[in-house]
Amino acid sequence: MSTETVAGAAELRAFLHGLPGVDQVGVEERAARLAARSIKTSAKAQAIDAAIAMVDLTTLEGADTPGKVRALCAKALRPDPDDPAVPRPAAVCVYSDLVGVAVEALKGSGVKVASVATSFPSGRAPLAAKLADTRAAVEAGADEIDMVIDRGAFLAGDYAKVFDEIAAVKEACGDAHLKVILETGELATYDNVRRASWLAMRAGADFIKTSTGKVSPAATLPVTLVMLEAVRDFHAATGRRVGVKPAGGIRTTKDAIRYLVLVNETAGLDWLTPEWFRIGASSLLNDLLMQRRKLADGVYQGPDYFTVD
Amino acid sequence: MNFDYAPAPESASIVDIRPSYGLFVDGEFTDPAEGRSFKTVNPATEEVLAEVAEAGAEDVNRAVAAARAAYDNVWGPMPGRERAKYLYRIARLIQERSRELAVLESIDNGKPIRESRDVDLPLVAAHFFYHAGWADKLAYAGFGPDPRPLGVAAQVIPWNFPLLMLAWKIAPALACGNTVVLKPAETTPLTALVFAEICQQADLPKGVVNIVTGAGETGRLLVEHDGVDKVAFTGSTEVGKQIARSVAGTRKKLTLELGGKAANVVFDDAPLDQAVEGVVNGIFFNQGHVCCAGSRLLVQESIAEELLDRLKARMATLRVGDPLDKNTDIGAINSAAQLEKIRMLSEIGEREGARRWSPPCELPQRGYWFAPTLFTGVAQSHRIAREEIFGPVLSVLTFRTPDEAVAKANNTPYGLSAGIWTEKGSRILWMAERLRAGVVWANTFNKFDPTSPFGGYKESGFGREGGRHGLEAYLNV
Amino acid sequence: MSTKAERGRLAVRKTYKLFIGGAFPRSESGRTYPVNDAKGRFLANVSQASRKDARDAVSAARKAFGGWSGRTPYNRGQILYRVAEMLEGRHAQFVDELRAAGLGRNAASDEVDAAVDRWVWYAGWADKLAAVAGSANPVAGPFFNVSTPEPTGVVAVVAPDSPLLGLVSVIAPVIVSGNTCVVVASEPAPLPAVTLAEVLATSDLPGGVVNILTGRRAELAPWLASHRDVNALDLAGIPADEAGPLEEAAAGNLKRVLRPAAVDWTADPGIGRMTAFQETKTVWHPVGV
Repeated sequence: MSTETVAGAAELRAFLHGLPGVDQVGVEERAARLAARSIKTSAKAQAIDAAIAMVDLTTLEGADTPGKVRALCAKALRPDPDDPAVPRPAAVCVYSDLVGVAVEALKGSGVKVASVATSFPSGRAPLAAKLADTRAAVEAGADEIDMVIDRGAFLAGDYAKVFDEIAAVKEACGDAHLKVILETGELATYDNVRRASWLAMRAGADFIKTSTGKVSPAATLPVTLVMLEAVRDFHAATGRRVGVKPAGGIRTTKDAIRYLVLVNETAGLDWLTPEWFRIGASSLLNDLLMQRRKLADGVYQGPDYFTVD
Repeated sequence: MNFDYAPAPESASIVDIRPSYGLFVDGEFTDPAEGRSFKTVNPATEEVLAEVAEAGAEDVNRAVAAARAAYDNVWGPMPGRERAKYLYRIARLIQERSRELAVLESIDNGKPIRESRDVDLPLVAAHFFYHAGWADKLAYAGFGPDPRPLGVAAQVIPWNFPLLMLAWKIAPALACGNTVVLKPAETTPLTALVFAEICQQADLPKGVVNIVTGAGETGRLLVEHDGVDKVAFTGSTEVGKQIARSVAGTRKKLTLELGGKAANVVFDDAPLDQAVEGVVNGIFFNQGHVCCAGSRLLVQESIAEELLDRLKARMATLRVGDPLDKNTDIGAINSAAQLEKIRMLSEIGEREGARRWSPPCELPQRGYWFAPTLFTGVAQSHRIAREEIFGPVLSVLTFRTPDEAVAKANNTPYGLSAGIWTEKGSRILWMAERLRAGVVWANTFNKFDPTSPFGGYKESGFGREGGRHGLEAYLNV
Repeated sequence: MSTKAERGRLAVRKTYKLFIGGAFPRSESGRTYPVNDAKGRFLANVSQASRKDARDAVSAARKAFGGWSGRTPYNRGQILYRVAEMLEGRHAQFVDELRAAGLGRNAASDEVDAAVDRWVWYAGWADKLAAVAGSANPVAGPFFNVSTPEPTGVVAVVAPDSPLLGLVSVIAPVIVSGNTCVVVASEPAPLPAVTLAEVLATSDLPGGVVNILTGRRAELAPWLASHRDVNALDLAGIPADEAGPLEEAAAGNLKRVLRPAAVDWTADPGIGRMTAFQETKTVWHPVGV
């Protein structure tokens, strides 16, 4: 290892540990208070449509098949077959070997194809394998790559390794956008979430994302609040805007709206677009559709009236 | 996307405000002897809510006599175990009617429903619940094997937390075996009168709780009455001093919870985002109508600029307006008189050379409103650094060393509360040892709990409310 | 209990079962034993718990410990008070069961009253015990130093034969501070214990905080006394001359043991039964800039 890298590693460590701390009680209190915002009537209608357009419609199962992916893509193209006014979700998110299926199904629709990569969800593979995984997804036509960081290296304090991996994956992405999954459920503290956010942004992340959805807890409001503070501060310091994506465990319209409130009152309106805020989810979409129709018709809806995909 | 929150008003239909209210004496609502009354208004709209009886000397006599009779015949001799069960009943009734009480509090006081619903009312119920538990455990409170009550307590409370201050006064008094005559503030009498109804629903023996409404003169008659054994007052330091003079030379036991000018001290190693929240909560909670408000921000010079930038950005997201809207952060100023006082002191602040800043903020046309306000460049010699403004106005000062922070924080006749923001535990404790204040919050602010004693040093008053220590105020020890 | 039949309607009888983890299972052993009233008439078959039921009850109590001890004291107090409310609501049922156990009408009613008041007494302790049993310690040095009581863990309780008042007087002080427990009910008069379990199950008390076994004390107590995942043992219902072997078994993992003693369950209970199942934790922290 060259002395320059060692110096870089030391600087990175000093920088990350020099960030202001996060008080757990305070941040959870703030998130809970924002969660109590009451979004009704016209604001709710607006929020529901915004949330639908921010969904990364996701299937990440070992049992995924081309058929399953095509069905999900069909859902993305027509979320509510009875109502063409419903916006389309931002992207469909699949494993890298199924990118081609999704690309084919979504061609020309404007719905992006996102692929998880880098040995998702554990991230436990040699760098070469992670890069190969990434390149395969990009070559198959993925617009966005959702990578996972090496949490083991992060928790062991080897920030430079995590940084270098992100930078290498970013390079492998080419024009594809890079979302960096921090897997906050394994980082354990909000201090770590803030450090990992900055680390990923400095290494070139276009988005920082909470979770794989395979670890509990997945996305939470306070974790997302800390990440939103990080992108806000990073933008103020560097002028570069980075997006945020909570993923996993967001199942209801109420949950989704709480996240939008968090964005609105932390990072600000500039982030309230699918370009800078996404929600990784699967069952959420149907709940948004049900609530949307409830607002329009004034009648509580049942799941039999919405497609299961 | 333009994410404007649509109005989300809490329904006012849950409350039923009567056109007029009498005095609650000896278990009944009665008309005042002299037939005088005053109006209470909704500070957010300036609409008159109700006519409320004004108690005169004869009424106060009657209330004290009722309290005395109840003390001698019923409440004093009653076993603590039974008193406890009455207080538990009251706690439960408050929980059951808490939304109604929260809405009424917001209408009469102007505070946001989010606070009356999520802070005031849960604390009110908790206060009765906690003290109910003490009624049969006084022997374990550290005041000897059988501490005795004092008798009749005269209690005068302010308008900033009308029902919560009532709870802080009545719950420990009753738990210890005293009976009470309580005077709510003239601008916020309504929840106290619903509390009187709750006493009836609880079958509380008549005369144990008496509520006499009125203004300063009623309060004076009450605290100066020969028939009371205990005076408890929460309010301004000026009135507190008058009361201390008036009870001088009597047998009356006195506790006072008065003004404050708390320093919120932020060090350069503070958790910054939470510190900003704490500063906002410290001064803008309840429109700054809080005796323990963190009205002086003492920030370490090395991070002053960064903190102020963040603070301003955060202040710009505060939502000022309809107290009943569930998304309102800052409600109405309680009265025209208080609004005038806040304006006057703010203008003095500008004249004395401090820089004034408020976020762009549209205020309603009717009602009493004041935008959240920040003064920078404040010196210790400025009046806005020394006098209690009791409004949403924050004075920002800087310091260089911990010693200087302590010196500035303590450089006030008040001593109610203080805040410390640093991630270094030993510095928190070092600061806490040196701050001359009755409550010190570290990395948080404006936290209250019935188990935790509250009260001031110096001219912020004496005596504690809450916790084991708070019982002493109502025991003959 | 015969009054309804006398009025011409055949009563529907209750099956008395165990209470483990918030559920009401029969004994895994399939055994029951008959319980008779004071005049020797059959009342009910009661589950006769086995060592395996005791083992299951301990694991239920352990599972519940983290959540229960992590609740705020205020919340625990609210729940204990809720138990009192629910118990008051079943006043008549408990009077019937106590009369069947041989108490006169007034004595039975008084005992139920006292049992309700006992819950109220302990409910109030939840958020006061730390203020009475804890302390700020003025150590000679630049240190902040406080001692606070904490619950010891899973407590095995052999309940006394006072079938309701004695029973609540040993359960409430254990759980109010955050412990969870496994209780062996009075062997001759277990019915009020099972009915109390129904009260607990409808009082917002999380499942597993209190687990109640009916059966043979002599069979169950040694297994609980020796169990390595039990932290403390209350021998209230054990005759003084039989406590020795149980204490010896308890020594295997140094359980805190509350020995049997002559107790007047109607008297002011004091705080001894609470402090018996508390650890004291002292925290040091330097004071300096």
